[in-house]
Amino acid sequence: MELSSREMWTVIHGLVLGTLFLLAFAGGLAGLWSLRPGLVTTQGIRERMTRLYYGTWIMAVVAWATVITGTWIVYPWYRVALARVGDDVFAGCVGAVRPTDTCSPRDFLLSNVSGTTEAWHSFGMEWKEHVAWAAPFLATAAAFLVTYYGARLIARPWLRAAVIVMLVGAFAAAAIGGAFGAFINKVAPII
Amino acid sequence: MTSTHHDAETVPELADLHLVDKPDGPGAAAILAAGIGIFVLGLLTTLNEMSEGIHTFLDAFDGDGGVGPLSGKTILATVAFFGSWAALWVLWRNKGIDIKKTFWIGLGLGIAGTVLMFPPVFQAFA
Repeated sequence: MELSSREMWTVIHGLVLGTLFLLAFAGGLAGLWSLRPGLVTTQGIRERMTRLYYGTWIMAVVAWATVITGTWIVYPWYRVALARVGDDVFAGCVGAVRPTDTCSPRDFLLSNVSGTTEAWHSFGMEWKEHVAWAAPFLATAAAFLVTYYGARLIARPWLRAAVIVMLVGAFAAAAIGGAFGAFINKVAPII
Repeated sequence: MTSTHHDAETVPELADLHLVDKPDGPGAAAILAAGIGIFVLGLLTTLNEMSEGIHTFLDAFDGDGGVGPLSGKTILATVAFFGSWAALWVLWRNKGIDIKKTFWIGLGLGIAGTVLMFPPVFQAFA
């Protein structure tokens, strides 16, 4: 059982941080959803708010860690141009059934040498690499709102709903990034 | 401070927590900053396709890191997010800003930014 350094980083970026994000989101959403008048006692509010602070801030920190590792560590391995020989942009990919030392994942997908794969890059990766960055912005702002207003959110259903919308938006952005990341890594893994 | 909420009167369970009233300005600043960050990212994504000069400018942010123009887009969007948040915080920290109105503006910016970073949209300008 062995993982290369690159494989390890893709696991950290997608699986480890992705799982933590999902757990923190689930906890944060459940906590906010039930933060309603009549459902919790004063003591219960204190206990629940502490959990909510941790959950939302963990979600924000993990979102930043995910996009930073994805953009600055994993993405350059994906997009490096290796296949060009002379005027032939995809010469290094001829005959390939997966990315190689002369055919990066991006080269491989765009070359269509092993099926119709171009849209995985032109749509999937192009969407994922941008929209995922909405997640840390939204999660950080939502975590701040939870911390700033604290238990006051119980008395302000509209504001609580706004924070939920932001958390769900962060999750949706991360889900698009995560789903396309998983599919693209299946079709054209980073080696 | 111009905010006057009555949380403990609305929800009696909050009375024992002795929560002091807080202005909505800082909360509104966070909401709007998130919208601004997403909008700037979307705008730069589309501008990157429209202009070779902007593409070169955004591409230069990573040096030889191999990230390409995504480096400039994400760095500038992050600066816009934290920068606008800090500026709005300074301006609104003691003010009772209309947080509902701010949320709708932030949501509008967020949706506009998301549309501008949707591949069929920004690739139409390539």
